Amino acid sequence: MCAKQVKKVPGQVETTGHSWDGIEEFNNPLPRWWVWVLYLTIIWGIAYTVAYPAWPLLTGHTQGVIGSDQRADVEADIKKFDDANAPIKAKLIAADLATIPANEELKTFAESAGASVFKNNCAQCHGSGAAGVQGKGYPNLLDNDWLWGGDMEAIHTTITHGIRNTTDADARYSQMPSFGKDGILDKGQIGQVVNFVRQISGQDHDAALATAGATVFADNCSACHGPEGKGDRNFGAPNLTDAIWLYGGDEATLTETVTNARFGVMPAWTGRLSEDQIRSVATYVHSLGGGE
Amino acid sequence: MAFLDKHKAIETHATLLMVLSLLVVTIGGIVEIAPLFYLQNTIEKVEGVRPYTPLELAGRDIYIREGCYVCHSQMIRPMRDEVERYGHYSLAAESMYDHPFQWGSKRTGPDLARVGGKYSNAWHVDHLVNPQAVVPESVMPKYNFLLDTEVDGKYIGDIMSTHRMVGVPYTDEEIAAAKEDFAAQANPDGDTSGLTTRYGDKVTIANFDGQPALTEMDALIAYLQVLGTMVDFSTFMPDPTR
Repeated sequence: MCAKQVKKVPGQVETTGHSWDGIEEFNNPLPRWWVWVLYLTIIWGIAYTVAYPAWPLLTGHTQGVIGSDQRADVEADIKKFDDANAPIKAKLIAADLATIPANEELKTFAESAGASVFKNNCAQCHGSGAAGVQGKGYPNLLDNDWLWGGDMEAIHTTITHGIRNTTDADARYSQMPSFGKDGILDKGQIGQVVNFVRQISGQDHDAALATAGATVFADNCSACHGPEGKGDRNFGAPNLTDAIWLYGGDEATLTETVTNARFGVMPAWTGRLSEDQIRSVATYVHSLGGGE
Repeated sequence: MAFLDKHKAIETHATLLMVLSLLVVTIGGIVEIAPLFYLQNTIEKVEGVRPYTPLELAGRDIYIREGCYVCHSQMIRPMRDEVERYGHYSLAAESMYDHPFQWGSKRTGPDLARVGGKYSNAWHVDHLVNPQAVVPESVMPKYNFLLDTEVDGKYIGDIMSTHRMVGVPYTDEEIAAAKEDFAAQANPDGDTSGLTTRYGDKVTIANFDGQPALTEMDALIAYLQVLGTMVDFSTFMPDPTR
């Protein structure tokens, strides 16, 4: 089958010398450009391993003559942008929190920087448009109904330390008692106080139950939610007289809330975000419509 | 064409061709793979990296079973855009106890290498039960059944023994206490001193899914909450020679 390469006829392309049942194979030369590209890629491959870290040795590896280091590269790349932003970031950190929204230069920087921080870190809970998730306990940040306060200082503290997390000792903390689960109120009393809450929030309610619920509310709820149910930002206690509900204002949800309580957690962002990022995102949230 | 003539001997003898092919592949394999086992930069130890707790390990198995890796990578590449979005680039040491590793290159969802501590446990429950409820634009499927499947850690000691066979340094004591630690991590009201002695104070102890029963949801969230949190990057100094 395999024989020496032979020329069949003078002037014709030589064959490979293979012959199967009399069928032979021409040994046409490869296109010249193709051969040169092949040689070039071989040279490129060798040059690459010389230029960049490549070959493993006994205790390390070749470092490459151009000294490329991805870790150093990314650090330098980040540093370039950090340096460019350093002056305005320093100004942002030095500024009095309350004055940032009024300072045009800082406001412009902080709002756009804060928007990207928000999209990366906050949007998963508060929504990419910051409207929260209705009925799930993720607050809407667009309105002016604030649980823990809506001025720059309060927003900054909330973002820095978070709410009811276990990682930050300074996290905002409060715990509504599980009035039903822990047996503080019986089912009848819960029904009464739920109707009272529906009464003060201007919803349909059973007037007799609500009247009885007023006493239950005064004895059990007013310490945090206030005598009129208008809430208390010191405890993150929501205002119960408006139409804005974190978990829902219908009878079933309110009963669930009073029975088992709620315990919404927000992570602390110190450590994960730098101070200028926290100030930026605070400014951004402040600018969304509800800032005080 | 003396060389080609010799080549004919190889091409026409199947056994010889096979033996020589194997030889070539072996040399290539040794050059490419063997150095990874002794070169410092591939086996660098980094302070803080510890083996997974029993509950986290079970969560990791659920992560693999559900194919989370099909859409989520766990490797932050050393590029500015990735570092700015996800945090410090991943280190080899951070997946040293991963068998198999979950690096991946397919990102239909975001990278999860540093998702630990980023969201609350309750958010993870809401999100896994119905991703679209919290992230309307998400295409992630629902994993609500995890809430209903109870786990008791019956085989977790055996799984840890298996991991020890491939190099995870679980001690006899840790394996003996596996089931106890498994339950302890999801019960903040119980005695967790054994768990923190064995795995350190940084272990997140919580009723992850918020219901009394210990479910697959607890295990998966325990795993998600530890991802990327082991190394303290405020004290980590990259070695310039690596």
